[in-house]
Amino acid sequence: MSQEAAVFGETSPPGKSLYTPFNVIAGIILIVGFVITILRFTKGLGAVTNLDNNYPWGIWIGFDLMAGVALAAGGYVTSAAVYIFGMKRYHSAVRPAILTGFLGYALVVVALHYDVGRPWRLPYPFIMQQGTTSLLFEVAACVALYLTVLFIEFSTAPLEWLGLKRARSIVVRLTMVLTIFGVILSTLHQSSLGALFLLAPSKLHPLWYSSYLPVFFFVSSVIAGLSMVIFESTLSHRYFAHKMDETHLAEKEGVALGFGKAASLVLAGYFTIKVLGISMDNNWHLLGTGYGMWFLVELLGFIALPCFLYAVGVREKNLCLIKWTSGLTVLGIILNRLNVCLIAFNWHLPSDEKYFPHWMEIGISVFVVTAGIVVFRFIVTRMPILYEHPDYKDSH
Amino acid sequence: MMEIQTLQDFFLHTKSITYILMAVILIGMTGFWLFLTDRDED
Repeated sequence: MSQEAAVFGETSPPGKSLYTPFNVIAGIILIVGFVITILRFTKGLGAVTNLDNNYPWGIWIGFDLMAGVALAAGGYVTSAAVYIFGMKRYHSAVRPAILTGFLGYALVVVALHYDVGRPWRLPYPFIMQQGTTSLLFEVAACVALYLTVLFIEFSTAPLEWLGLKRARSIVVRLTMVLTIFGVILSTLHQSSLGALFLLAPSKLHPLWYSSYLPVFFFVSSVIAGLSMVIFESTLSHRYFAHKMDETHLAEKEGVALGFGKAASLVLAGYFTIKVLGISMDNNWHLLGTGYGMWFLVELLGFIALPCFLYAVGVREKNLCLIKWTSGLTVLGIILNRLNVCLIAFNWHLPSDEKYFPHWMEIGISVFVVTAGIVVFRFIVTRMPILYEHPDYKDSH
Repeated sequence: MMEIQTLQDFFLHTKSITYILMAVILIGMTGFWLFLTDRDED
């Protein structure tokens, strides 16, 4: 496809049927999701979830929120690398990363509406009472502010698409301020999500509980952000290669190698502090238990292994290995959040009292992810995300 | 293995192990950094 065709948004070849496998499967998921949504908001949480007093937080928090926020960290990681640290060679990765981050956070807020009992009260922390000593207040404030920051950062693409040059130039002038604000807000709320579990030292298994949990969550969010940029770039290259311009294609290899190297180094640091966490709490003896084995699966299989694989991939310049490793790392981050939030939580309860999500809870999570992919595709096929708009080629 | 009876004993025990680990990690990280970067072109 020519550059002109890409810029003016040809989304599919003329005459191509709308009934593609992707559209059909996504359509079915969205319809089922809408039905469950109606059930959730008419019949209440009890009708569609297995939540109870032991587990007021299920996969809508463990997966949609905790993993969602971590995996949306690519936005602040990439914009910090490019605009604060001056690594301009990764510039083509900024817009896809900001878009992924913006959609990730937007969907976190959507999912939160399903999870809280009275979602219309979500603005209450800001308008009714401050509750400033609550970690949840800080998380709510940071997520609300950061979603706004991401929306403004992302808005350059639709403004270029709509031809609103004046508004676009105002937003571009704010880039550095927004980037710094984004890094500060992310540092605060990524760590605070881990700090939430400091409230429950007796409920979370000692191998996952640590007074360093906020540090673990923040450091692992950097890994998640770096890996998601590589993972998303791999998928974009596979499905939207015709939308990429020469700059994007030329920088793609450098982005994978650079981000893979950074991810390997941060994974090594993360592995180190996790081991130090065991040591400081003197939990070595727990490694021989069933939960200990599961902890080692996470520590060795989803932290040490991807750290080594990234390093080998960078040394050998093996892009295929780096891409697969990014998928493994993303899985590892999801597993960690599920472990902290659900699997190792209430570890002392008998198995028949443990939580397992209702199929409709899983259905809503799949619905939310699918909605994100559909919106991502809609935007990428229309707006200048994977290519530079010809009118603004030299504007940065 | 030493018997832990006081908080002082606990910290003496855990910090002793952690200090040894830190030395191992410092050496290990240096080796890892060399492994990661020795084929860089610059």
